[in-house]
Amino acid sequence: MPQPIPLKDHEKDARLVRRRVIFGLAVVLLLLGVLASRMYYLQVIQYEHHSTLSENNRVHVQPIPPTRGLIFDRNGNIIADNRPSFSLTVTRERAGDWRSVLDVVVDVLGLTEEDRALFEKRVLQGRRPFEPVPILFELSEEQIARIAVNQFRLPGVEVAAQLVRYYPEGAHFAHSVGYVGRINERELAKLDPVDYAGTHHIGKTGIEKFYEDVLHGEVGYEEVETNARGRVLRVLKRTDPVPGKDLTLTLDLKLQQAAEAALAGRRGAIVALQPDTGEVLAMVSQPSFDPNLFVTGISFKDYGALRDSLDQPLYNRVLRGLYPPGSTIKPMMAIAGLDAGVVTPTSKVFDPGFFQLPNVKHKYRNWNRGGDGWVDLVTAIMRSNDTYFYDLAHKLGIDRMHDYMTQFGFGQRVSLDMNEETDGLMPSREWKRSRYRQPWYPGETVILGIGQGYMQATPLQLAQATSLIATRGKWIRPRLAKSIAGEPPVDENPHPDIQLRDPRYWDLAQEGMEMVLYGARGTAKRVGDTATAYRIAGKSGTAQVVAIKQGERYDSEALAERHRDHALFVGFAPADDPQIVVAVMVENGESGSGVAAPVLKQVMDAWLLDENGQLKTEFSPTLSAEVAAP
Amino acid sequence: MTASFDPTLSSDDVLRRRASFLQRIHVDAPLLLLLLTLGAVGLFVLYSASGRNWDLLGKQAFSFGIGLVSMFVIAQIEPRFMARWVPPAYLVGVALLVAVDVIGHSAMGATRWINIPGVIRFQPSEFMKIIMPATIAWYLARRTLPPSLKHTAVALALIAVPVVLIMRQPDLGTSLLILASGAFVLFIGGLRWRWILGALAAFVPLAIGMWFFGMHQYQKQRVLTFLDPESDPLGTGWNIIQSKAAIGSGGVFGKGWLLGTQSHLDFLPESHTDFIIAVLAEEFGLVGVCLLLVVYLLLIARGLTITVQAQTLFGKLLAGALTMTFFVYVFVNMGMVSGLLPVVGVPLPFISYGGTSLVTLLSGFGVLMSIHTHRKWIAQV
Repeated sequence: MPQPIPLKDHEKDARLVRRRVIFGLAVVLLLLGVLASRMYYLQVIQYEHHSTLSENNRVHVQPIPPTRGLIFDRNGNIIADNRPSFSLTVTRERAGDWRSVLDVVVDVLGLTEEDRALFEKRVLQGRRPFEPVPILFELSEEQIARIAVNQFRLPGVEVAAQLVRYYPEGAHFAHSVGYVGRINERELAKLDPVDYAGTHHIGKTGIEKFYEDVLHGEVGYEEVETNARGRVLRVLKRTDPVPGKDLTLTLDLKLQQAAEAALAGRRGAIVALQPDTGEVLAMVSQPSFDPNLFVTGISFKDYGALRDSLDQPLYNRVLRGLYPPGSTIKPMMAIAGLDAGVVTPTSKVFDPGFFQLPNVKHKYRNWNRGGDGWVDLVTAIMRSNDTYFYDLAHKLGIDRMHDYMTQFGFGQRVSLDMNEETDGLMPSREWKRSRYRQPWYPGETVILGIGQGYMQATPLQLAQATSLIATRGKWIRPRLAKSIAGEPPVDENPHPDIQLRDPRYWDLAQEGMEMVLYGARGTAKRVGDTATAYRIAGKSGTAQVVAIKQGERYDSEALAERHRDHALFVGFAPADDPQIVVAVMVENGESGSGVAAPVLKQVMDAWLLDENGQLKTEFSPTLSAEVAAP
Repeated sequence: MTASFDPTLSSDDVLRRRASFLQRIHVDAPLLLLLLTLGAVGLFVLYSASGRNWDLLGKQAFSFGIGLVSMFVIAQIEPRFMARWVPPAYLVGVALLVAVDVIGHSAMGATRWINIPGVIRFQPSEFMKIIMPATIAWYLARRTLPPSLKHTAVALALIAVPVVLIMRQPDLGTSLLILASGAFVLFIGGLRWRWILGALAAFVPLAIGMWFFGMHQYQKQRVLTFLDPESDPLGTGWNIIQSKAAIGSGGVFGKGWLLGTQSHLDFLPESHTDFIIAVLAEEFGLVGVCLLLVVYLLLIARGLTITVQAQTLFGKLLAGALTMTFFVYVFVNMGMVSGLLPVVGVPLPFISYGGTSLVTLLSGFGVLMSIHTHRKWIAQV
């Protein structure tokens, strides 16, 4: 037929389906054959192997936790070590009636009902069948002996040796390195159960938390053969764990200790960093606490004492302490004013002792009620003249001020690897509108010029902003890790450098800061007089704690002490070749120049001077130039 | 319904006198016998695997009863009537899957269930296991075979919609099974070999390209663990090591009923659901496994016989796809437990504990019975 007929050919369809069904049946037979041969292989050819494995339930897979990476300071002093510790473990499946076994443990070791409740909770947290769960840590020799003697009454109970974190330097690095602690239920839900099989501790704060991935390593496992009582007879197969990587920090143990000593028991915070590398050399938050307490579980009593202490030892003042930066931001304001063109290097402002907005009666007072007369920029920094900066801030306006201060790192996290860091606050019109549903008032701009008002910064941010003056705008994030198993950390989110219209503005800010210590009328001249081996450039500041109403009195002297202003001082040295930047905050220290500046000098001395009080050769520009020449 | 019109049939040829009682109530005796055998074996093994848990056994027996009722009811429906209701059922199924997707996302978690408290609670993806092949069979039965490129494309689109929705639940195992059930219709419908081979050939370079250029290291690791679970002995590999030990230690004749040690000492995870074949293999040995395989083979052979004898194209395609999908269940489950295939959550038909799966499977066999027993009786020449 010439034309194809659009009719279904049922016979043809049926033949097609039949062919396909026969093919399908052949595949089915083939695959069932595969299954049968697989079973034959497992059950006949490998019978001996599997039968021995299964006979006594012998095959167990035991995770081997990796050894946690060590943490060193920049000179190789160990800061976080692993120390063998004996713990008591219970394997529920082997203990039979494990609750009554716990009773025996409590009885044998002479413990309390409270301990027993804790044990029970820990046993119930056990994760996979036949996994020994540690219930008591750091057993004493006597406790180990008691368990050994009573072993026959304690099925499934074993004394296991394991490596536990130990911080030999105790409280010195509690706020920077942080600590590890037992994995809690919430963390357990988020962790990879395979990777953390057999691991009982995890970084909770600081470097231990930030570099958890690096420090933890990779779990290993072994297939072991055990007898009916669970004793390991033979290791069938073992895959070694990959130990965590070691960390070398930028911190310097000696400088850290010197900085703590410089605070002389006062509450406060110190950050010291290298301006050109961002390496944090010392990070002090006083008072501190012993991180070793947290490793195996801190008791309620100890924790309560730390938490409720009026001195707040758990509070990380460097990263979480928020203070109005006060006059310490005047050098940055000066840079902003110069670059925006609202002041020039030579323009002057007359200071009668106060500043007034046009057509407003309110007087914004200079700290020096008498007034400093005509002041230029360098003098204004040296004298910490408020009037000059009120005027500068008013001319600059909040929007440009917000823009410049943000470039200096205020109102954002600046560090590379510090978990706890807070943003601080650099206010803006938008912020105030969304926060208070109010417009921005000109008076608020004026007081921001001297670092008062809404603005809040951490000591680390102050150090970083000062460091930017020292490096002339070169941004490098402050960091605690110097190398991770030999590799330096990488900043994946680098901050753009600060570009000024004229880089000589940096010189003016630096000159003003140097004059603070060495000018005839510098506010910290008394400290400057003592610092002669090298020259410091710095700036003082005062952070108001509480607005005390006029005429208000306090009965208790101690309470009044806590309402005094915090003393701030920031600076870098040597002034002509900055090697170290330090920010100091002394709680209730009142005077930046009087209390905080001497602390700063002591820290710098410890870093820059040798035993003879001379600048160390590596920091001396002339000498190092000679060394560099062949 | 042009598909069900058979020009060779005349009313004189219709002989009803040979119809027995079972045929009159639309039950296929060989199928029923095999299903009851499997059900009994399942309960027998489950008793041991569940640790002599009568509650569990009762629930399973009850589900089996529900399944039989469902099978019986479905067997009464004429295939041509079924075919009429397939497209709306497909749309309803897809709508329910979308509903599950929406509910699941608003509840911030994966869900596979439609749950109206006190009224009904079921998984739309189970419903889809029968509707999927029926839809493709309905579509292809009205076209000329083998399917043209256009019809193949439409069929693939019909398959893709529910498969993607179920994959999003996420339930990879079920979505692949549903994909297979639709694909089998195309295969039985005579999809050209060169297209099948072409698709397979295209897949290989695609996968290689993905591996080298499109995947991160951790994704590669996941795929490797999926393909070789024993490289992860603390995770999924643990199940496989234990199940292989259970199977292997069974030997030729097994350790005897209730005497399997691996399963009774909790070494074997999920011993009464997905890994139940390991219990059977441990307690009844190679002999037990082979007997079970024979029962499955007989069931599949009966299903394929029904396929070939079916009088309508719709019936042929549907019966063939259902039977082949059933085989995939058996193969994937046993392959996975014995360490041949990656671990995907597929239960062993009629043996694994789980009511939903039982009801769905028996309903599927109800469809087979309907196809077989509603034939017009033709004189055997």
